[in-house]
Parts: sequence; structure tokens; C-alpha cells
Amino acid sequence: MLQEGDRVVKLEDLMGRRGEWLRGEGPESDIVMSSRIRLARNLADFPFVRLAGETERRQIAERVEAALKDSPFAPHLMPLRVDELSELDRHFLVERQLISREFAEGQGLRLVFIDHQERYSIMVNEEDHLRMQVMRSGLDLEPAWKLINDLDDHLERHLTFAFDEKFGYLTACPTNVGTGMRVSVMLHLPAVVITRQMDQIFRGLEKLELVVRGLFGEGSQAMGDFYQVSNQVSLGRSEPELIAKVGDVIPRIIEYERKAREFLMNESQENLHDRVSRAFGILKTAQTISSEETMHLLSSVRMGVHLGLISGLDTPTLNELFLLTQPAHVQKLVGTDLDSADRNIERARFLRKRLNG
Amino acid sequence: MKCQKCDRPATYHITEVASGTPVELHFCEEHAREYLSSGQKLPTDQMTQVTEQVAEHLVKHLVVGKAAEELKRLDEQTCPYCGISFHDFRHQGRLGCPYDYQVFREQLESLILNIHGETQHKGKQPSKGAEAATRRTELIRLRREIKEAVEREEYERASQLRDQIQEIEESA
Ligand SMILES: [Zn+2]
Ligand SMILES: [Zn+2]
Repeated sequence: MLQEGDRVVKLEDLMGRRGEWLRGEGPESDIVMSSRIRLARNLADFPFVRLAGETERRQIAERVEAALKDSPFAPHLMPLRVDELSELDRHFLVERQLISREFAEGQGLRLVFIDHQERYSIMVNEEDHLRMQVMRSGLDLEPAWKLINDLDDHLERHLTFAFDEKFGYLTACPTNVGTGMRVSVMLHLPAVVITRQMDQIFRGLEKLELVVRGLFGEGSQAMGDFYQVSNQVSLGRSEPELIAKVGDVIPRIIEYERKAREFLMNESQENLHDRVSRAFGILKTAQTISSEETMHLLSSVRMGVHLGLISGLDTPTLNELFLLTQPAHVQKLVGTDLDSADRNIERARFLRKRLNG
Repeated sequence: MKCQKCDRPATYHITEVASGTPVELHFCEEHAREYLSSGQKLPTDQMTQVTEQVAEHLVKHLVVGKAAEELKRLDEQTCPYCGISFHDFRHQGRLGCPYDYQVFREQLESLILNIHGETQHKGKQPSKGAEAATRRTELIRLRREIKEAVEREEYERASQLRDQIQEIEESA
């Protein structure tokens, strides 16, 4: 089905690239990192993935591959056999947000199609037969919907998706049924965190049937003050309604963050300036540094750059540093598996080189 | 019906089955959350909202809105296509095939209402419509029968089934 040789080379190629969500372009990109829309789909003639044997998983993968083959997307999409990748490579893809953690740690034949710009990711044999996502830099939901909808339209011409008049697109878990859609916006909210307003935002969003998750790191911990806002329900609202549900609230959160930044600048600019300068200083000089501390300090520096307190760094570079200092990326940079202590030393070395250059 | 812990109306009807003997519970949203998050292995930090966990737990451990005596009957229902029982679903938290939404419609409808607040899909429809999907459901059963035939070393039967699948696929 897939050749081992060219796949590995291509995966290494991603390392030097700046994926879509790191571009730091698009509307409001100082606060909004990225917009993402995911659709869950299942083939009507196969059991859901957890009951699918290896033969059926292979047949599902072959059908998706064939459906993509003659599409306008095909030249850009490269398939990766995730079940044949090393643990390090799988975590590398998780850190780049191209596959889910569950998919990385799953079992059986699994495939992901990604493009070189890292806008598309199509997971085959995740919890559902198909989990496809489109990522855009900045706050850019409508274009993301157009791209994923086109992809879905194309696949639908070649595949028959499980669908019910009442429950909509049928998924392995009833929490995703209906549109099968999850709309997510990733935000950087350091000033909201400093001014302790996150709780208030959480409560407000909950009432609107929206979910907030911390990003990066294990579980739901928010590292580097990154939060992801997404829709809680997927059934009973149309796709544009769900997009509006998430999209309409984002400007209000951005406003919160801008007000908090303004407040910090007005009330205690010296303290803030001190805080971001010290963070920058540590990142430039540390000899060993954990991923957690790096994220925490980079978050301050990122805000400092946007407030004009630090110069000589741009948004894409900063975004990239968040990614390149993640555990799997540090190991890929060095080219070998490292334990945690060695990772911390290599991470510090890398930061010194990048920030003092 | 009122919440068991306060005067608000009970909107979550939970049949707790974890202890073996089903117990019926009726809570308002707040107390349902409190109940569902206690004693469960949940991330306690505020980053993940509880609503999502409630949905997850309803799917995994509980049947909503069903009287205790009905539970046994519902649990024993089995999908003729993929073979899972409703009991399997409650323990796995995941369905076995698209047809389960037909077989377990009664049970799933109240669960879906609790999760989404709605039970009627609105939005995109596949161009082929729902019928095309339903017609293909038969293939799930045939694929399962092939697996079973191969296990029993009934290779002739397996090959017949393969032909049958091919026929259906080509007619579509
Ligand atoms: Zn109550
Ligand atoms: Zn079934």
C-alpha cells in the first residue's frame, strides 16, 4: 500500500517547515494562533473502528486512499502509516497537531494523510473511520469550513458515509453525532491569566455550550497560556451555526485579553517590562530547562514582543520556538532519543543559539 | 420531578448500574455534575469543563431516563449486523456499527438529548441521502460472517459470502 523509504524522508522534511498554525499570519494572529475544523465520518458498509479487524482496517484505508487518488488534493497529500512509525515520530506528529494523542497511542493499521503546508490532516481508523481536519493561521473559520467542506464533498462522491435522517452523520460515540463537526480556535491569553480572569471566561463559555481546554502538555493542563475554545454539541445545529457559535465569542475573548494587557501596561508597566525581560534573559542564558518552564517564559516573551517591550523577534519565530522546544521536537533536532535530563540540556542549548544569534 | 438534593427541577435522570443493583437518581444539572464527578477518576483542574465529562460518563457508565427494571431488557438487545449488545456499548462507551443507532434508538435518543439538547440533525446531508447508506448496512453483517466462516475453516462459505459482497458493491 505504501512505500517505507520515501515516507521517512518526507517526515524529516516537516522539521524544517513552518506549519500552517505557526505562520503567525491571518486576522488577530497576535492572540489567535489558529482556527481548526474537524469532521468525523464513517463508511456505511463497515463496523466502527473498534470492531474492525486488520482486514477491514486495511479495506477502509484502501477505500479512502482510492477516493483521494483522483482528487485535486492528491498531489499535496502524503500518506503515513502511523502504526509503523516509531514512538518518537508519532509524538512528533502529535506536537505538530497533525494527529491526536489517542491516534498516536492506538492499535492496528492506522493512516494519516497530511499536506506539506500542514493544513490538512486526514486520520483513517481513529475512533471513527475518518477524522479530517483543516487548520488555518489566525482567526479564519469560514475559509477553513470551505476547505473541509470541499474535501468532504469530494470524498462523498466516492464513498458512502453512514448517515441517518434523524441523527445525521453517525459516529462511534454519540457525543460526535449529527454534523460530526468540531470547531476549535486556539488562543494565547497570558494577560487574562496574569489578571486571574480565566475562571470568569470559563464560566461564561460553559453557558454558551462551549468547551475550553488548555493546550500542550498532558491532559488538560494549560501550558504557555494557550487555550482552545470549541463547540460542545454537534447535533441540532447546522455547520454555519456551529461556526458562528464559536466564531462570535472569540472577538469578546480577544477584547478581554487586550483590555488585560492595556491594564497591565497602564497600572504596572515596569513590573510587566521586568517580567518579560527576565523571561527573555533566562531563555537566552539557561543551561538546562524543562519544557514547562520554556513554555511559561516564552509566553511572557511573546506578549512582551506584541506590547513592544522586546524587539528583534517576530511572531512566526516565537510560534516556532513553542513547537521546536517540545520533547519530541528536541529529540528530532538532535537526531536521537534522549532522556528528560538530556532533553533539558539540549533544549537550553537550542534556545541560546536561536535567541542570541 | 424535583432534584433529590435541592428544589430545582430534575433534568438528569440517572440509573446507576455500577453497584450491580440499579438505583434511580434524579438531579438538577448542578447536582448531576456533583454526583458524576465524585468518586470518578476525573481531572480536577478547571481547564476541562465538567459538562463534557458528564457527557462522557453518561455514555460510559449510565443509562439515562430508564427505569431500573427496564434496564435488563434493554441491555440484552443485540445488533444483528455487528453483534454488540447495548450492555457492551455502555461498558465500552463506543458503538459497534452505524446500524446500532436503529437497534438502540430508544435508549440512544434520551442519551443524545442529554448530550446535545436536541435529537434532530440539522445541516449538511450527503448527496446520496440516507437510503444509500442504509442499503450498505447489509455488508457489515456479511463481512462479519466471512470472519466467522474463516475462523470455522468454512472456506467455501467464506468465498460465497465474498461473491455476495462483490455483487452488492457492484450494484451500488
Ligand atoms: Zn439540585
Ligand atoms: Zn451494530
